[in-house]
Amino acid sequence: MAHTVLHKAETRGHASHGWLDSYHSFSFSSYYNPERMNFGVLRVLNDDTVDAGMGFGKHPHDNMEIISIPLEGDLEHKDSMNNVAVIKNGDIQAMSAGTGIYHSEYNKDREQRVKFLQIWVYPNKKNVEPRYDQITLNLDDRHNKLQQILSPNPDDEGVWIHQNAWFHLGKFDKGISTDYAIKGKGNGVYLFVLSGDVKVNDQLLNTRDGYGIWDTDKFTIAAETDAEFLLMEVPMEF
Amino acid sequence: MKIKILALGRHPEILQTVVRLINNNPEWEGMGANTDDEAVLLFSAQAFKIVLLCGGIEPDSENSLRATFNALNPDAIIVQHYGGGSGLLSAEIYQALAK
Repeated sequence: MAHTVLHKAETRGHASHGWLDSYHSFSFSSYYNPERMNFGVLRVLNDDTVDAGMGFGKHPHDNMEIISIPLEGDLEHKDSMNNVAVIKNGDIQAMSAGTGIYHSEYNKDREQRVKFLQIWVYPNKKNVEPRYDQITLNLDDRHNKLQQILSPNPDDEGVWIHQNAWFHLGKFDKGISTDYAIKGKGNGVYLFVLSGDVKVNDQLLNTRDGYGIWDTDKFTIAAETDAEFLLMEVPMEF
Repeated sequence: MKIKILALGRHPEILQTVVRLINNNPEWEGMGANTDDEAVLLFSAQAFKIVLLCGGIEPDSENSLRATFNALNPDAIIVQHYGGGSGLLSAEIYQALAK
Protein backbone atom coordinates (compact mmCIF):
# COMPACT_ATOMS: atom_id res chain seq x y z
CA MET A 1 0.00 0.00 0.00
CA ALA A 2 1.33 3.45 -0.90
CA HIS A 3 2.73 5.69 1.81
CA THR A 4 2.33 9.42 1.49
CA VAL A 5 3.34 12.67 3.14
CA LEU A 6 1.78 16.07 2.57
CA HIS A 7 3.68 19.31 3.04
CA LYS A 8 1.34 22.27 2.65
CA ALA A 9 2.97 25.36 1.22
CA GLU A 10 2.43 27.41 4.36
CA THR A 11 4.21 24.84 6.54
CA ARG A 12 7.57 25.40 4.85
CA GLY A 13 10.36 27.15 6.66
CA HIS A 14 10.73 30.77 5.63
CA ALA A 15 13.73 33.08 5.69
CA SER A 16 13.55 36.69 4.58
CA HIS A 17 16.86 38.50 4.27
CA GLY A 18 15.67 41.58 2.40
CA TRP A 19 17.27 40.73 -0.94
CA LEU A 20 16.43 37.03 -0.58
CA ASP A 21 13.10 35.49 0.24
CA SER A 22 13.38 31.75 0.64
CA TYR A 23 10.94 29.00 1.44
CA HIS A 24 12.45 25.72 2.61
CA SER A 25 10.54 22.48 2.19
CA PHE A 26 13.17 20.73 4.33
CA SER A 27 15.43 21.85 7.15
CA PHE A 28 17.98 24.33 5.84
CA SER A 29 20.23 26.96 7.36
CA SER A 30 18.42 28.33 10.43
CA TYR A 31 15.20 26.43 9.69
CA TYR A 32 15.37 23.20 11.63
CA ASN A 33 12.46 20.81 11.89
CA PRO A 34 13.40 17.21 12.71
CA GLU A 35 10.19 16.07 11.01
CA ARG A 36 11.25 17.77 7.79
CA MET A 37 14.79 16.62 7.06
CA ASN A 38 14.46 14.94 3.70
CA PHE A 39 12.40 12.80 1.37
CA GLY A 40 14.64 9.84 0.65
CA VAL A 41 17.79 11.29 -0.91
CA LEU A 42 16.01 14.57 -1.72
CA ARG A 43 17.52 16.78 0.97
CA VAL A 44 16.82 20.38 -0.06
CA LEU A 45 13.97 22.03 -1.95
CA ASN A 46 14.32 25.78 -1.69
CA ASP A 47 11.92 28.17 -3.41
CA ASP A 48 13.98 31.34 -3.73
CA THR A 49 13.28 34.88 -4.85
CA VAL A 50 16.28 37.17 -5.30
CA ASP A 51 16.00 40.91 -5.85
CA ALA A 52 17.39 42.62 -8.93
CA GLY A 53 21.16 42.96 -8.83
CA MET A 54 21.58 40.74 -5.79
CA GLY A 55 22.68 37.19 -5.16
CA PHE A 56 24.77 34.67 -3.29
CA GLY A 57 28.45 35.50 -3.13
CA LYS A 58 31.14 32.85 -3.51
CA HIS A 59 30.39 29.90 -1.27
CA PRO A 60 31.40 26.24 -1.14
CA HIS A 61 29.65 22.96 -1.74
CA ASP A 62 30.80 19.39 -1.62
CA ASN A 63 29.22 15.97 -1.98
CA MET A 64 25.85 17.14 -3.19
CA GLU A 65 24.04 17.09 -6.51
CA ILE A 66 22.67 20.61 -6.87
CA ILE A 67 19.95 21.35 -9.38
CA SER A 68 18.84 24.89 -10.24
CA ILE A 69 15.64 25.65 -12.15
CA PRO A 70 14.82 29.33 -12.80
CA LEU A 71 11.07 29.95 -12.86
CA GLU A 72 11.17 33.66 -13.54
CA GLY A 73 14.17 35.71 -14.65
CA ASP A 74 17.74 34.48 -15.10
CA LEU A 75 20.54 33.47 -12.73
CA GLU A 76 24.22 33.97 -13.41
CA HIS A 77 26.45 31.17 -12.19
CA LYS A 78 30.24 31.36 -11.74
CA ASP A 79 32.29 28.57 -10.22
CA SER A 80 35.81 27.60 -9.27
CA MET A 81 36.10 25.42 -12.37
CA ASN A 82 35.99 28.69 -14.36
CA ASN A 83 32.49 28.02 -15.61
CA VAL A 84 30.44 31.15 -16.20
CA ALA A 85 26.91 30.66 -17.37
CA VAL A 86 23.53 32.29 -17.31
CA ILE A 87 20.82 29.88 -16.29
CA LYS A 88 17.80 31.29 -18.07
CA ASN A 89 14.15 30.80 -17.37
CA GLY A 90 13.52 27.57 -19.28
CA ASP A 91 16.94 26.07 -18.48
CA ILE A 92 17.99 23.51 -15.93
CA GLN A 93 21.47 23.22 -14.42
CA ALA A 94 22.89 20.29 -12.49
CA MET A 95 26.12 20.61 -10.54
CA SER A 96 27.93 17.68 -8.93
CA ALA A 97 29.88 19.29 -6.08
CA GLY A 98 31.91 16.13 -5.39
CA THR A 99 35.29 16.81 -3.79
CA GLY A 100 34.45 20.48 -3.48
CA ILE A 101 33.61 23.52 -5.52
CA TYR A 102 33.01 27.20 -4.96
CA HIS A 103 30.36 29.09 -6.85
CA SER A 104 28.28 32.25 -6.84
CA GLU A 105 24.75 32.79 -8.09
CA TYR A 106 23.59 36.27 -9.01
CA ASN A 107 20.60 38.02 -10.48
CA LYS A 108 22.35 40.35 -12.89
CA ASP A 109 19.15 41.97 -14.10
CA ARG A 110 18.86 45.46 -12.67
CA GLU A 111 15.08 45.57 -12.72
CA GLN A 112 13.61 42.11 -12.57
CA ARG A 113 13.71 39.68 -9.68
CA VAL A 114 14.63 36.06 -10.24
CA LYS A 115 12.62 33.19 -8.84
CA PHE A 116 14.17 29.76 -8.88
CA LEU A 117 14.11 26.36 -7.30
CA GLN A 118 17.28 25.02 -5.82
CA ILE A 119 17.19 21.31 -5.20
CA TRP A 120 19.88 19.23 -3.47
CA VAL A 121 20.09 15.48 -3.76
CA TYR A 122 22.50 13.20 -1.89
CA PRO A 123 24.81 11.57 -4.45
CA ASN A 124 25.19 7.81 -4.82
CA LYS A 125 28.94 8.25 -5.11
CA LYS A 126 31.01 10.45 -2.83
CA ASN A 127 34.00 12.57 -3.76
CA VAL A 128 33.44 12.59 -7.50
CA GLU A 129 35.20 15.05 -9.77
CA PRO A 130 33.11 18.25 -9.70
CA ARG A 131 31.17 18.86 -12.91
CA TYR A 132 28.17 20.66 -14.19
CA ASP A 133 25.64 20.29 -16.95
CA GLN A 134 23.11 22.78 -18.27
CA ILE A 135 20.48 22.57 -21.00
CA THR A 136 17.63 24.63 -22.37
CA LEU A 137 14.30 22.87 -22.21
CA ASN A 138 11.62 22.98 -24.88
CA LEU A 139 8.53 24.30 -23.14
CA ASP A 140 6.23 22.53 -25.60
CA ASP A 141 7.52 19.17 -24.41
CA ARG A 142 5.74 19.55 -21.07
CA HIS A 143 2.37 20.74 -22.33
CA ASN A 144 -0.13 18.09 -21.28
CA LYS A 145 2.64 15.52 -20.92
CA LEU A 146 5.58 14.79 -18.64
CA GLN A 147 8.92 16.16 -19.78
CA GLN A 148 11.97 14.38 -18.40
CA ILE A 149 14.48 17.01 -17.32
CA LEU A 150 16.92 14.92 -15.28
CA SER A 151 18.05 11.32 -15.05
CA PRO A 152 21.03 9.20 -13.92
CA ASN A 153 22.07 8.64 -17.52
CA PRO A 154 24.19 11.10 -19.55
CA ASP A 155 22.67 9.68 -22.73
CA ASP A 156 19.06 10.17 -21.66
CA GLU A 157 16.77 13.20 -21.92
CA GLY A 158 17.61 16.15 -19.67
CA VAL A 159 20.64 16.71 -17.47
CA TRP A 160 22.20 13.90 -15.43
CA ILE A 161 23.37 13.52 -11.86
CA HIS A 162 25.16 10.97 -9.70
CA GLN A 163 21.98 9.43 -8.32
CA ASN A 164 19.27 7.03 -9.38
CA ALA A 165 16.80 9.89 -9.79
CA TRP A 166 14.48 11.19 -12.47
CA PHE A 167 12.82 14.62 -12.57
CA HIS A 168 9.90 15.60 -14.79
CA LEU A 169 8.02 18.83 -15.41
CA GLY A 170 4.40 19.00 -16.48
CA LYS A 171 2.26 21.92 -17.59
CA PHE A 172 -1.26 20.57 -17.85
CA ASP A 173 -4.51 22.17 -18.97
CA LYS A 174 -7.45 21.75 -16.63
CA GLY A 175 -8.89 18.26 -16.90
CA ILE A 176 -5.77 16.58 -18.26
CA SER A 177 -4.41 13.61 -16.33
CA THR A 178 -1.62 11.11 -16.65
CA ASP A 179 -0.14 8.15 -14.84
CA TYR A 180 3.42 8.12 -13.56
CA ALA A 181 5.19 4.78 -13.25
CA ILE A 182 8.10 4.65 -10.81
CA LYS A 183 11.29 3.85 -12.69
CA GLY A 184 13.64 2.72 -9.95
CA LYS A 185 13.05 -0.06 -7.45
CA GLY A 186 12.80 1.43 -3.98
CA ASN A 187 12.17 4.92 -5.30
CA GLY A 188 9.49 7.38 -4.24
CA VAL A 189 8.29 10.59 -5.86
CA TYR A 190 8.04 14.06 -4.36
CA LEU A 191 5.66 16.25 -6.35
CA PHE A 192 5.92 20.03 -6.00
CA VAL A 193 3.10 22.15 -7.40
CA LEU A 194 4.47 25.21 -9.13
CA SER A 195 1.06 26.67 -9.90
CA GLY A 196 -2.58 25.67 -9.93
CA ASP A 197 -4.29 22.70 -8.32
CA VAL A 198 -3.59 19.04 -9.02
CA LYS A 199 -4.78 15.77 -7.59
CA VAL A 200 -2.40 12.91 -6.97
CA ASN A 201 -4.70 9.92 -6.74
CA ASP A 202 -7.34 11.40 -4.38
CA GLN A 203 -5.13 14.01 -2.72
CA LEU A 204 -5.80 17.60 -3.75
CA LEU A 205 -2.74 19.81 -3.86
CA ASN A 206 -2.50 23.57 -4.26
CA THR A 207 0.21 25.96 -5.41
CA ARG A 208 3.59 25.30 -3.74
CA ASP A 209 2.33 22.24 -1.87
CA GLY A 210 4.69 19.27 -1.72
CA TYR A 211 3.55 15.66 -1.69
CA GLY A 212 5.62 12.54 -1.33
CA ILE A 213 4.45 9.09 -2.35
CA TRP A 214 6.35 5.81 -2.04
CA ASP A 215 5.87 2.06 -1.75
CA THR A 216 3.85 2.12 -4.91
CA ASP A 217 4.46 1.32 -8.57
CA LYS A 218 2.49 4.18 -10.06
CA PHE A 219 0.04 6.97 -9.37
CA THR A 220 -2.27 9.33 -11.25
CA ILE A 221 -1.82 13.08 -11.58
CA ALA A 222 -4.84 15.14 -12.64
CA ALA A 223 -4.97 18.88 -13.24
CA GLU A 224 -7.94 20.35 -11.38
CA THR A 225 -7.07 23.74 -12.86
CA ASP A 226 -4.43 24.74 -15.38
CA ALA A 227 -1.39 23.64 -13.45
CA GLU A 228 2.36 23.25 -13.53
CA PHE A 229 4.26 20.80 -11.36
CA LEU A 230 7.64 19.15 -10.81
CA LEU A 231 8.02 15.44 -10.12
CA MET A 232 11.20 14.30 -8.37
CA GLU A 233 11.68 10.53 -8.27
CA VAL A 234 14.44 9.58 -5.85
CA PRO A 235 15.69 6.56 -3.89
CA MET A 236 14.04 6.37 -0.48
CA GLU A 237 17.08 4.72 1.13
CA PHE A 238 20.70 5.82 1.14
CA MET B 1 30.13 25.02 28.44
CA LYS B 2 30.32 25.07 24.67
CA ILE B 3 29.79 21.89 22.69
CA LYS B 4 33.04 20.92 21.03
CA ILE B 5 32.83 19.88 17.40
CA LEU B 6 35.72 18.56 15.32
CA ALA B 7 35.47 18.95 11.54
CA LEU B 8 37.70 16.84 9.35
CA GLY B 9 38.06 17.45 5.62
CA ARG B 10 40.63 17.53 2.83
CA HIS B 11 39.64 20.82 1.19
CA PRO B 12 41.32 23.49 3.35
CA GLU B 13 39.10 26.38 2.32
CA ILE B 14 35.87 24.45 2.74
CA LEU B 15 37.08 23.13 6.07
CA GLN B 16 37.76 26.70 7.14
CA THR B 17 34.22 27.67 6.11
CA VAL B 18 32.71 24.79 8.06
CA VAL B 19 34.66 25.69 11.21
CA ARG B 20 33.68 29.34 10.88
CA LEU B 21 30.02 28.41 10.55
CA ILE B 22 30.23 26.19 13.61
CA ASN B 23 31.79 28.99 15.61
CA ASN B 24 29.05 31.40 14.50
CA ASN B 25 26.81 29.55 16.94
CA PRO B 26 27.63 30.83 20.45
CA GLU B 27 26.88 27.41 21.92
CA TRP B 28 29.37 25.55 19.74
CA GLU B 29 33.15 25.48 19.50
CA GLY B 30 34.58 24.17 16.26
CA MET B 31 38.06 23.03 15.31
CA GLY B 32 39.28 21.72 12.00
CA ALA B 33 41.71 19.02 10.92
CA ASN B 34 43.00 18.54 7.41
CA THR B 35 44.90 15.28 7.97
CA ASP B 36 44.15 12.07 9.82
CA ASP B 37 47.10 12.56 12.18
CA GLU B 38 45.97 16.04 13.06
CA ALA B 39 42.42 14.78 13.65
CA VAL B 40 43.55 11.99 15.98
CA LEU B 41 45.84 14.36 17.85
CA LEU B 42 43.07 16.87 18.42
CA PHE B 43 40.52 14.21 19.28
CA SER B 44 42.86 12.67 21.86
CA ALA B 45 43.49 16.01 23.53
CA GLN B 46 39.94 17.35 23.83
CA ALA B 47 36.48 16.07 24.65
CA PHE B 48 34.68 16.47 21.33
CA LYS B 49 30.99 15.74 21.38
CA ILE B 50 30.67 15.55 17.59
CA VAL B 51 33.01 14.73 14.73
CA LEU B 52 31.96 15.98 11.29
CA LEU B 53 33.39 14.10 8.34
CA CYS B 54 33.52 16.55 5.44
CA GLY B 55 34.37 16.08 1.78
CA GLY B 56 37.36 14.29 0.30
CA ILE B 57 38.07 11.75 3.02
CA GLU B 58 39.10 8.45 1.51
CA PRO B 59 37.11 5.33 2.51
CA ASP B 60 40.12 3.66 4.17
CA SER B 61 40.87 6.80 6.16
CA GLU B 62 37.25 7.12 7.20
CA ASN B 63 37.09 3.52 8.41
CA SER B 64 40.32 3.85 10.33
CA LEU B 65 39.32 7.16 11.87
CA ARG B 66 35.91 5.88 12.94
CA ALA B 67 37.57 2.94 14.67
CA THR B 68 40.10 5.20 16.39
CA PHE B 69 37.50 7.72 17.54
CA ASN B 70 35.21 4.97 18.83
CA ALA B 71 38.06 3.45 20.78
CA LEU B 72 39.11 6.75 22.30
CA ASN B 73 35.63 8.03 23.08
CA PRO B 74 32.65 5.84 22.19
CA ASP B 75 30.27 8.62 23.27
CA ALA B 76 31.41 10.96 20.51
CA ILE B 77 28.95 11.15 17.64
CA ILE B 78 30.43 10.84 14.18
CA VAL B 79 28.41 12.55 11.46
CA GLN B 80 28.87 12.66 7.71
CA HIS B 81 28.65 16.31 6.74
CA TYR B 82 27.25 17.01 3.32
CA GLY B 83 27.24 20.18 1.37
CA GLY B 84 30.52 21.86 2.21
CA GLY B 85 29.21 24.12 4.92
CA SER B 86 26.26 25.59 3.09
CA GLY B 87 22.85 25.20 4.65
CA LEU B 88 22.90 21.67 6.04
CA LEU B 89 25.39 22.08 8.84
CA SER B 90 23.12 23.29 11.60
CA ALA B 91 20.51 20.59 11.02
CA GLU B 92 23.18 17.88 11.01
CA ILE B 93 24.55 19.10 14.33
CA TYR B 94 21.11 19.49 15.93
CA GLN B 95 20.18 15.99 14.78
CA ALA B 96 23.39 14.59 16.24
CA LEU B 97 22.78 16.35 19.54
CA ALA B 98 19.27 14.94 19.68
CA LYS B 99 20.57 11.36 19.66
